Amino acid sequence: MKPRVAVFKFASCDGCQLQFLNAEDELLRLAGQVDLVYFPEARSRSLPGPYDIAFVEGSITTPDDARRIIRVREESRYLVTIGACATAGGIQALRNWADVEQYRRVVYPSPEFISTLSTSTPISEHVRVDFEVWGCPIDKGQLLAVTRSLLSGAKPVLPAYSVCMECKRRGNVCVVVARGEPCLGPVTRTGCGALCPALNRGCYGCFGPANDENMESFVKLLAQQGVTGDDAVRRLRGINGYVRLWRETADAIAAQKK
Amino acid sequence: MTEPMYMPKAALENLIALLRGDGYKVLGPVSRDAGVAFEEVRAVSDLAAGVRDSQEAGRYRLEPGVPGEIFGVVNGAGSLKPFFFAPDENLIEVRREGKSFKSSEVIPPPRRLAFVGVRACDLAAVAVQDRIFLHDRFRDTHYETRRKDVFMVAVNCTRSAPTCFCASMKTGPEATAGFDLSLTEMDECFVAKSGSSAGEAMLERLGLRTASAGEAEQARTLTDRCAAGMRRQLDTSDLPRLLYEQADSPRWKEVASRCLSCTNCTMVCPTCFCHAVVDQQEIDGNMSRRVRQWDSCFSLEHAHIHGINFRPRIEDRYRQWLTHKLASWIDQFGTSGCVGCGRCITWCPVGIDLTQEVAAIRASAIK
Ligand code: SF4
Ligand code: SF4
Ligand code: SF4
Ligand code: SF4
Repeated sequence: MKPRVAVFKFASCDGCQLQFLNAEDELLRLAGQVDLVYFPEARSRSLPGPYDIAFVEGSITTPDDARRIIRVREESRYLVTIGACATAGGIQALRNWADVEQYRRVVYPSPEFISTLSTSTPISEHVRVDFEVWGCPIDKGQLLAVTRSLLSGAKPVLPAYSVCMECKRRGNVCVVVARGEPCLGPVTRTGCGALCPALNRGCYGCFGPANDENMESFVKLLAQQGVTGDDAVRRLRGINGYVRLWRETADAIAAQKK
Repeated sequence: MTEPMYMPKAALENLIALLRGDGYKVLGPVSRDAGVAFEEVRAVSDLAAGVRDSQEAGRYRLEPGVPGEIFGVVNGAGSLKPFFFAPDENLIEVRREGKSFKSSEVIPPPRRLAFVGVRACDLAAVAVQDRIFLHDRFRDTHYETRRKDVFMVAVNCTRSAPTCFCASMKTGPEATAGFDLSLTEMDECFVAKSGSSAGEAMLERLGLRTASAGEAEQARTLTDRCAAGMRRQLDTSDLPRLLYEQADSPRWKEVASRCLSCTNCTMVCPTCFCHAVVDQQEIDGNMSRRVRQWDSCFSLEHAHIHGINFRPRIEDRYRQWLTHKLASWIDQFGTSGCVGCGRCITWCPVGIDLTQEVAAIRASAIK
């Protein structure tokens, strides 16, 4: 029997699961390897668990979802989070620093229908996660590599070093050194192929923290480039702002200002 | 080496044309994205002429240079390294065949490369990498194939960047080996020398006359002055022993407080050769590529072996890098791993400078 694969969605934009569909050629070959039994974005047939591999996109932002993820975990042999939302809480984790109650009253005409949590949290805060794929959105190649490893019964491995390494392999001219532009590359995990620096823009940190980083020195570098206070906080609290190291760094800068 | 020849600036156009006619892809310093890189040049007008670089620790800018000056840029982040030791290359392909498998080596296609405008330090760096990849019986087929058919046109430095310290490392600013032709650029002309029989033949085809004693003298003065005026220095006296003895120097912790462990220094270094070998499988599991990628001793994974990381802290890794580069490299390969090009200083986002680190370690050792 082919492995049963499911793709679940929580609070997210669908961009990560779309990487399956973007895989085009590989998708057909993947479809030959697995039984995609639950993937509402791609097909109407949805079968109940158990699942061999569950890919989970999105963060937990409602009481319903907090219950649903526990069921997904129970039904799945491997649970793999895909993307910044599922892995780090996503950009919607900005609510973790805001007054959600007030938003609810101001934004929605009938706030009584909105049932929401005051936070957006990563899947790993709710259930055990077997493997995390970072990125906003995730990289198609990384997604396929992780899938292939699981199908082969091998432990998935993705590089966790800085974007700078990939940036230099690619022959980009460093925007920090040659333009004085702020760039999150030195502290960000590789995976995108150093896309933004290749287009002469600083890295936004889509793939979250690299496995080893020196935030103290990095914050000093930002300050030298004139990026301080709110500006520095905003850059760190972007797509992966709720992940511990970046959260603590940004919180410390915010506290200093007060 | 022949006697110095007088080469009018216009003859550079002929040189490029002749090399192209011989089937070489000609590469030289070309302006790109606020920097320069070795890229294809079809004519002199493709070169980053009339521009100069301004460099300091952690900062690089291109600025208007001297009109008529062709090789005004001292260097950019890219050396010749990626052309011979590729940043990302397929080594073998393994295919499933029934219950067995078949593997085949992927050899890069043959090509002829001619480099125009190579600095002495970069030639020295190629010689260092040759020792690593083409040593005795241990010959790297991929490196060897890429390195084979190369024509080198060196340009002697008459101006150094403030980050250069080749005079300390005895690798420049004048090219002494590893080139087919060397040029010294002056206001109105070049003084050209050959360094090989291929270079010799090329000089003949260019139909140049012998340089006058005055012209040759002037060229020599320019490179001598460049050497004498070099601002950065690295005191190499007894350096291996100093670094081995200072394995517990407090300076390692201090530099680690600034180092981002971002790997930029090792990526731009023309001699650093660390790499990782990774397997990339096709999704159907029927084919797998074994790929070699540039890696760095600054990356955490690099020292992760059999479940244990033996260089977990940034200070461990900075110490590893500097000690290997300047000390154990000599034990291993009979040459220093540093040619003094200054790239690691310029392209470090936080401007860490190995010459300063060595000086600090030396100073604290004496106390
Ligand atoms: S541009 Fe950014 S990612 Fe690239 S080397 Fe510079 S700091 Fe690193
Ligand atoms: S280190 Fe020396 S040879 Fe290299 S670019 Fe600088 S001056 Fe020229
Ligand atoms: S260690 Fe630095 S100065 Fe020495 S060769 Fe490497 S990049 Fe150039
Ligand atoms: S010395 Fe500079 S370039 Fe090298 S890893 Fe440290 S911060 Fe990065």
